[in-house]
Amino acid sequence: MMRIPPAAMIGLFFTGLYFFVAIFAPWIAPYSMTEAVGDVWEPASAKHWLGTDNIGRDLLTRMIYGGRTTIFIATAATILSFTLGSILGLTAAVIGGWVDQAMSRFVDLIMSIPTLIFALVVLSVMPVTLPILILVMGLLDSTRVYRLARAVAVDINVMDFVEAAKLRGEGNRWVIFREILPNALSPLVAEMGLRFIFAVLFVSTLSFLGLGVQPPNADWGGIVKENKDGIVYGIPAALVPAIAIATLSISVNLVADWVLNRTTSLKGGRG
Amino acid sequence: MTDALLKVKNLKIGARIYPPGEKPKDIDIVHGVSFELEKGKVLGLIGESGAGKSTIGLAAMAYGRGGVELTGGEVWVNGREILHTSRADLRHLRGLEVTYVSQSAAASFNPAKKIMEQVIEASVHAGKFSKKDAEARARDLFDKLGLPDPDNIGDRYPHQVSGGQLQRCMTALALCPEPDLVVFDEPTTALDVTTQIDVLMAIKAAIRDTGVGALYITHDLAVVAQVSDEIMVLRMGDMVEHGTTDQIINNPREDYTRDLVSVRSKQHEGQAPTDNPILRVENVTARYKGTNFDVLHDVVMELHPGQTLAVVGESGSGKSTTARVITGLLPPRDGKITFDGRELSADLNGRTREDLRELQMIYQMADVAMNPRQTVGTIIGRPLEFYFGMKGAEKRNRIIELLDEIELGEGFIDRYPAELSGGQKQRVCIARALAAKPKVIICDEVTSALDPLVADDILKLLENLQKIEDVAYLFITHDLATVSAIADSIAVMYQGKVVRYGPKAEVLSPPFDDYTDLLLSSVPEMRLGWLEEVIANRKMESAGN
Amino acid sequence: MHPVLKLIAQRLALGILLLLAASLLIFAGTQILPGDVAQSILGQSATPEALANLRAELGLNEPAMSRYFSWLAGAVQGDLGTALTNGQEISKSLGGRLKNTLFLAFWAAVVAVPLAIFLGLLAVRYRERWPDKLISAVTLASISVPEFLIGYVLMYVIGVKLGWAPTVATVYDSMSFLEKLNAITLPVAVLTMVVLAHMMRMTRAAILNVMQSAYIETAELKGLSSFQVIARHAFPNAIAPVVNVVMLNLAYLVVGVVVVEVVFVYPGMGQYLVDHVSKRDVPVVQACGLIFAAVYIGLNMVADIVSILANPRLRHPK
Repeated sequence: MMRIPPAAMIGLFFTGLYFFVAIFAPWIAPYSMTEAVGDVWEPASAKHWLGTDNIGRDLLTRMIYGGRTTIFIATAATILSFTLGSILGLTAAVIGGWVDQAMSRFVDLIMSIPTLIFALVVLSVMPVTLPILILVMGLLDSTRVYRLARAVAVDINVMDFVEAAKLRGEGNRWVIFREILPNALSPLVAEMGLRFIFAVLFVSTLSFLGLGVQPPNADWGGIVKENKDGIVYGIPAALVPAIAIATLSISVNLVADWVLNRTTSLKGGRG
Repeated sequence: MTDALLKVKNLKIGARIYPPGEKPKDIDIVHGVSFELEKGKVLGLIGESGAGKSTIGLAAMAYGRGGVELTGGEVWVNGREILHTSRADLRHLRGLEVTYVSQSAAASFNPAKKIMEQVIEASVHAGKFSKKDAEARARDLFDKLGLPDPDNIGDRYPHQVSGGQLQRCMTALALCPEPDLVVFDEPTTALDVTTQIDVLMAIKAAIRDTGVGALYITHDLAVVAQVSDEIMVLRMGDMVEHGTTDQIINNPREDYTRDLVSVRSKQHEGQAPTDNPILRVENVTARYKGTNFDVLHDVVMELHPGQTLAVVGESGSGKSTTARVITGLLPPRDGKITFDGRELSADLNGRTREDLRELQMIYQMADVAMNPRQTVGTIIGRPLEFYFGMKGAEKRNRIIELLDEIELGEGFIDRYPAELSGGQKQRVCIARALAAKPKVIICDEVTSALDPLVADDILKLLENLQKIEDVAYLFITHDLATVSAIADSIAVMYQGKVVRYGPKAEVLSPPFDDYTDLLLSSVPEMRLGWLEEVIANRKMESAGN
Repeated sequence: MHPVLKLIAQRLALGILLLLAASLLIFAGTQILPGDVAQSILGQSATPEALANLRAELGLNEPAMSRYFSWLAGAVQGDLGTALTNGQEISKSLGGRLKNTLFLAFWAAVVAVPLAIFLGLLAVRYRERWPDKLISAVTLASISVPEFLIGYVLMYVIGVKLGWAPTVATVYDSMSFLEKLNAITLPVAVLTMVVLAHMMRMTRAAILNVMQSAYIETAELKGLSSFQVIARHAFPNAIAPVVNVVMLNLAYLVVGVVVVEVVFVYPGMGQYLVDHVSKRDVPVVQACGLIFAAVYIGLNMVADIVSILANPRLRHPK
C-alpha cells in the first residue's frame, strides 16, 4: 500500500470535492443560477450560506455553477494544451532536424510575447465564446508543454537504450511510445497539474477583466468581477470566489508536487 | 607512537540517504577503521567503489561530504584530536596542515578566478606567506610539477589549461602552504593513461622533494604501488589488510588482496587471422555534422569470424566514432563497411533487419543502456520477438536459456535494471545482444565503468560465450590490460588514424612506433619500481636523441 | 572581434528579430477572426454601408501585408495610429499611462528585488530547516493564488478594515511625489507579493547550485571561513544567475501590472489595454501589445546578455 503524505491527502480531498461539485452542480445547488432570491449583498445566513451577490442571487449557487464553468474550461484547455504540446514535443525530439528547428523557433516566438497580452490581443477581435476561450488558452499554453516534453524527450533520446532500440531497427512509433514515453510520463503528469492551475488562474483572470465568460453565465473570476465593488464598502463577497480559486489551485499543486516527488529519477527504476 | 602525523582510531562514518518516496535512512559507510601514518610517509588507500576510501581520506580533514557524518572514533593530526576541535583550529588545520587534491581539478577550481589566486589563497589568507613569497613558491612548484611556462601559467583561468595540467596545478595548490599531509583523492583516474603517467611522476617527485606525508586514494593497485610506502586495502567500509607496499604486492595475506593483485593477469591466446573477414572497415573517413574537420582519416581494419579485434586509443582517438560508422549511426564521407562479403548501407535507415540483427552492440554504461521501465525479461525478450517473432513459452524458454548463459538464472526475469548490480546489468546487456544471434558484437568500453574484479569476470564471460556462440567481438577500449586479456588482433588509434594494426603478438612486440611505445610504456604495471624504470628509460631516450 | 562582443551583438540582433516577428504576430493575431474588425466593432446588426465606410476608414481594403508595413513604419517613428473610440492619437494618451505603469513597476521592483534576494539567501542559509520550509510553503501558495485575490484581500483588510492605505490608487500629474507614493502603496504591495515568491525560489535554486559546486568544497578545505567562502567564491559565480532571475521576474512583473492596475483603478497602460480590448479598439490593443512585448523581450535579452558577460569561459577565451 502506498503511503500518502498528509499534504497530498488534503490536496486530493479538495481536488476531488471540487470536481464532484462541478460534475453534480445542478443536483447540489440550492437555488437557481440566474434568479434573484434575496436582497443585494445579504450577509451569510441559514437560508443563504454564503449570502447573496450584487443583484441578490444566492452566492453559494453562483459559486457551484461558477466552479463548474471554471473547472470545465480549465480541464478542456489543459487536455488540449497537454495532448498537443506533448505529442509535438516528443515528435520534435525524436525526429530532430528541421522539423524540430521550425517548431521550436515558432514556440520561442509565441513565448516571447506574454501569454496574457497575446490572449488579450486575440480576444479583442474574436467573439468571446467558450470554445474560443478554450482554444486560445489551450493553444497558447501548449507551447509550455511542448518545451517541457521536448526537453525531457531530448534527454531520454540520447540515452543508450534508445540508441539500442534504433540500432535494433525499431520504428519511430516504438521509440516514442515504448522507450521514451514511459520514462517521460512522471514529469509530464506533474506538469499537467501545473498547467491545470495555470488554466484556472488564466480563465479567472480573463473573466475578472471582463474578457472571459460572459454574463449571465459566470465562472469564479466573473463572480469576483460582479462583486468587486462591494469591497470598498466592506462587503467581502468578492473574496469568496477568489478564495475558491486559490484553494483549488493549491490543492492541485499539492497533488502535483507529490506526484513529482514520488517519481524517481530515470535510473531509479519503477516509481 | 605519539608523534605520528596522522592517527586514526576506530573511525566510524555514517550517512543519511534520501531514497525517493521514502523516509530518510541512516547507513554506515565505514565501520571502525584504525591506522597511523608517520611524517613524510605515503599511505595508499585502495578499494573498489563503496569501500569508503574517499570518506576516510576526507576524515583526515574532519570533513564530511554531502550528508556524510563522522559518527565515532578519533582522528589525531600532529598530536591533537580534530573531530572535536574548535572551528578556528579546524580552519588552521585545513588551510595549512592537511590539504586536498581531488579527482576532478576541472570542477575543483573556481572558474571565475585565475589559477595563481587560487593556488596561493590558503597560505596568504592564513598569513603563512606574503603574497609575493607565496607567488614565488607557487611558480617554483609549477616548475617542479613540470608545467609549461611556470612563470605565467598562474595568470590563466582554469578553463584555459588542459586537464592534466590543471590536475598538476591542483597539486601545487595543495603543496603551496607547506602542509604536513596531502590527501590525494584519485588524482589521476580521470586522465588518459599517457597523461596519467606525467601527473603521477610529478606527484611522486613533489612528494619526495617536499617530504610531505600523503594519503593516496585510488581503486588502481598498480598506480598506488608506485607512489606509496604502505598500502591499506579496504572493502565495504572495513579494513581487509594493511602492510608495506612490498608485502601487499608481492606477498598478500588475504584472498581479496590476492584477487586485486592478480586481477589483470588474465591472458588470451591470440588466434591467427582467417582468409574471410566477417567485417571490413575500408578506408573510412568521417566527420560530425556541422563541423569542418575529419575525426577519422582513412581507417582500415578487419575482424575475423569468432575472433576479437581490440581497438585501442585514448579519448579523442576516434575509436568510438569508428563504432558509430560501423553501426550506421554516422555515415562516412568516404570508404565503406563490408559485412560477411556484402557492402552495408552507410546509413542506418538503409540497412535490412538481417543486417541489424547480425551486428549487435554493448555499451559502456549498462545503467543507461537499458530502459529503466522494462524488466529484464522484456529487455532480453524484445530482440527475440523482433527478429524471430518468438512468443509465449518459446520466448520465455529462450530468455531463461540466455539468463543461464550469462550466469544469472531464471530468478532475474522479472527484475528491473535498478535492482541489479553493475556487473549484473552488463550481463543482461550481453544477453540482449546474444538474443539476436549476431555474428559480430561491438563492445564499447564494456568493462571501463566496472570495478576491476567485476570487469575481470565480465571478460571471462565474454571469452566463454565467444567459444559457445562463435561470435566475433570488436572490442573498443582505452585499457591495454584488457586488450591482452581478450584480443586476437589489435588496432591502435591516435587522432583519428590507425597507427598500428595487426595480430596481437605483432602489435605488442618491438620495434614500436612512437605513439604505441608511449602508450604501452605508460600502462602502470603491478610491481614496485615500475615508475622509476619508466622515468629512467625516458630520460635515457631523450638524452639519446 | 572579441567573442563576447560577437555573442552580444548576435543576441541584440536576435532580440530585434524577435521583436519584429512579435509585431507581425500581434498584427496577425488581430486579422484571424472569421469576420473582420469592422464587423466586430459595429456588431451583427450593422448596415452594409456603415461596414463599408468603416472598412475604408480603417484601410481594410488594402492588402494585409501593406497595412502591416505602414503600421510598423509608423510605430518605429513613434506614431501608433489613432484610437477608433475617440479618434485621439494613441501615442499621446499612451505616454502618460506608460509613465505611470513604469512608476508602479519601478517601485514594486525596488521593494521586491532586495527582499527576494535576501529571503533567497536566508532559505539557502537555513536549508531544509523551518525558514526554508516556510518560504517554500509560501511560494507554493503564492503561485496558486490569482493576483486579484491578493489585491482584494489587501484592499479589504488594510484599506477598508484598517484604513491604513487608500483603496483606490488614483494618481494625477498635479500630485506631489509623496502623495503618489502613498497612493500606490497597495498596488506595490500586491505586485511585490506576486513576484516575490518566484524570485525567491529561483534565487535559492541559483545560489544552491553554486554552493554545491566542487570549488566551494575546495574553498572550505582551504580553511576559509563561511563568510569568505561565500564572498570570494560563491558570490562571483552566483551574480549572473541571480541577475538573470531578477530580469525574468521583472518581465513577469510587467504582465502582473495589467491585473493590478484594474483592481486598483490605476491609470496605467494595463487598464488602458483592458478597457480597449472590451471596446474592440484594435489599433490601441495592437499598440499596447507591442509595447508590452517590447519590454518583455528587452528584459529577457538583458538577462541573456548578463549571462554572457558573466561567463569567464567567454570573457577569457583560450
